[in-house]
Amino acid sequence: MAQVKLNAVRKTYPNGFEAVKPASFDITDGEFVVLVGPSGCGKSTMLRMIAGLEDISEGELYIGETVVNNVDPADRDIAMVFQNYALYPHMTVRKNIGYGLKNRKIPSTEIDAKVAEAANMLNLNDYLDRKPSQLSGGQRQRVAMGRAIVRDPALFLFDEPLSNLDAKLRNQMRIEIKALQRRLGVTAVYVTHDQVEAMTMADRIIVMNGGVIEQIGTPSEVYHSPASTFVASFMGAPPMNLFDGHANGTEVHVGETPLHRHTHQGKVTVGIRPEDIVPDVTGPLAINVNIIEELGAHRLLHGHTADQAVTIHVAKDFPAVTGPMTASLKPDAVSLFDSETGHRL
Amino acid sequence: MSVPARRIRWSAVLDHSILIIGSLIMILPVVMLVQMASTTDLHTTKFGPGWVFGDQLPVNFEKAMFKADGFSGENTGLRMLYNSMILGFGFAIGKIVIGMMAAYAIVYFRLKFATLAFWVIFTTLLLPLEVRILPSYEIVQKLGMLNTYQGLIIPLIASATATFFFRQYFRSIPEELVEAARIDGAGPIKFFIDILVPLSRTMIAAMFIIMFVYGWNQYLWPTMITTDEGMYTLVRGIKQITQTLEGTNLPEYGRSNLLAIIAILPPVLIVIFFQSWFVKGLTESDK
Ligand SMILES: Nc1ncnc2c1ncn2[C@@H]1O[C@H](COP(=O)(O)OP(=O)(O)OP(=O)(O)O)[C@@H](O)[C@H]1O
Ligand SMILES: [Mg+2]
Repeated sequence: MAQVKLNAVRKTYPNGFEAVKPASFDITDGEFVVLVGPSGCGKSTMLRMIAGLEDISEGELYIGETVVNNVDPADRDIAMVFQNYALYPHMTVRKNIGYGLKNRKIPSTEIDAKVAEAANMLNLNDYLDRKPSQLSGGQRQRVAMGRAIVRDPALFLFDEPLSNLDAKLRNQMRIEIKALQRRLGVTAVYVTHDQVEAMTMADRIIVMNGGVIEQIGTPSEVYHSPASTFVASFMGAPPMNLFDGHANGTEVHVGETPLHRHTHQGKVTVGIRPEDIVPDVTGPLAINVNIIEELGAHRLLHGHTADQAVTIHVAKDFPAVTGPMTASLKPDAVSLFDSETGHRL
Repeated sequence: MSVPARRIRWSAVLDHSILIIGSLIMILPVVMLVQMASTTDLHTTKFGPGWVFGDQLPVNFEKAMFKADGFSGENTGLRMLYNSMILGFGFAIGKIVIGMMAAYAIVYFRLKFATLAFWVIFTTLLLPLEVRILPSYEIVQKLGMLNTYQGLIIPLIASATATFFFRQYFRSIPEELVEAARIDGAGPIKFFIDILVPLSRTMIAAMFIIMFVYGWNQYLWPTMITTDEGMYTLVRGIKQITQTLEGTNLPEYGRSNLLAIIAILPPVLIVIFFQSWFVKGLTESDK
């Protein structure tokens, strides 16, 4: 098991593109860290630098106590699970799982025992003699997991391992991976662009955008106190409502409605989660509802307030109709952002 | 209730006519070979090729396989078959090994001038053996490899075709597979042997067929390199027999035609047996 430490790690590709701007963070032993962000933000690049598949342009990477910048991937004591599984197509499941051990000159009786143990853990016993092409997507994913766990690594790396699975299987595998990581107590770095995966699996989330780390925090911190308008709109489905507001030194207004007390002065961006706006006949916020989205367990009302788009999350038993309504805010619902930089105030 | 008459699809009839005519044209010379190989030389001399099959196949087979002419008595059909086999296998295996290794270097290693190297190899397609036959002969002769199997095979095996096909194939193998193998601790040689070679097996089979037939049918090069009768291959040896026809003896039609049949058999058998692999290798990607 190991902690991981990045010190101003930076990646510039040979064509001059800076995919990861200098990034520093620590991952503690046994922690499950999720790297999340939109496509092209540099998540895979970051993960691949940790794996050793990509050179680090600047900065130091520690796994355990040692700098591993120049250590070969095979010697970093890591295991990686890829998006398209990357199983060896011509080898049986058994051989796939055992290949890394065989290359480490581990005696074959020991390999057999370890493969059997991993297969047990992952319910792969019936498939050990099949080729990957004879397995379903979920089973292939399990084999890829098996290949990672037999190695008994200090660090698991996952690059969007579930994105080729259907929604139902994804939910199930999400829980399985998390449970497995808990049980083995192995440090893990998990890359995804799915914010639900990030929220549900992570001990800590690292949100990236355009090669820059926007925020590092627990799922609840990232959700409730986003560090920037980018994080606010990226995390959560539907995303946080962002309004153009105005602060006069004591109060913050959206349109004419005072929503929050703050000492800032000037233009601000006001962020409010859809579920923090509650229908209230005496509430201060006037909303005109255009569309009602029925989601079964709850409903989303889309409309406008002071000419700005707004989404509200209401319980399924709320008698929603289109047209004007009023609402109030839950306490501490408001996040304020600098309207120029997007940073949290 | 009337059953609608089956419509004749004229396009299908046309297609099939073309195919049938084509097949007949292809098969006629083979029938002639068999016919002439089955009659006596006297019969063929008198009547030429025809439709009457004789009973001389075993006699002619005996002559074709074991009779030798020339001084040394070494160029029996059996000996020539053996030499052809060595040339066919050596040529095919050599080309595959060299081509695969060249493609491996070009695709997987960050060589400075990999692309340039590839295109240089590729342009050698414009310089087939026939164009550079004199310098090639001179080199082989200076190396003292005339009348040897090495001299016959080695100058032919550097292959742009095989390198090109393997390069395209390797480039279609997903990057992640390479990376997974790296993390699994497979070095360059292990990766080549444990992953790349087994993954390429259909491609190797396809290449093998093409190259074997190509090597087997070589004529000009063996004619130049081998003057020693014990080194003759079938394709060139048959020529030798037909050349001695001008004497006062009866031409040996039976023997030479039977040798020709023997010469076309191995390539045909290889193609038939490996046909499914061949199609797979060039079309399917089992990755
Ligand atoms: N070899 C390369 N050379 C140059 N630029 C690259 C290279 N690989 C990736 N990039 C660029 O670096 C940026 C980050 O790529 P990366 O693969 O890390 O994105 P990502 O966050 O994993 O995206 P996705 O969610 O789509 O996988 C992208 O803009 C990409 O175009
Ligand atoms: Mg990626």
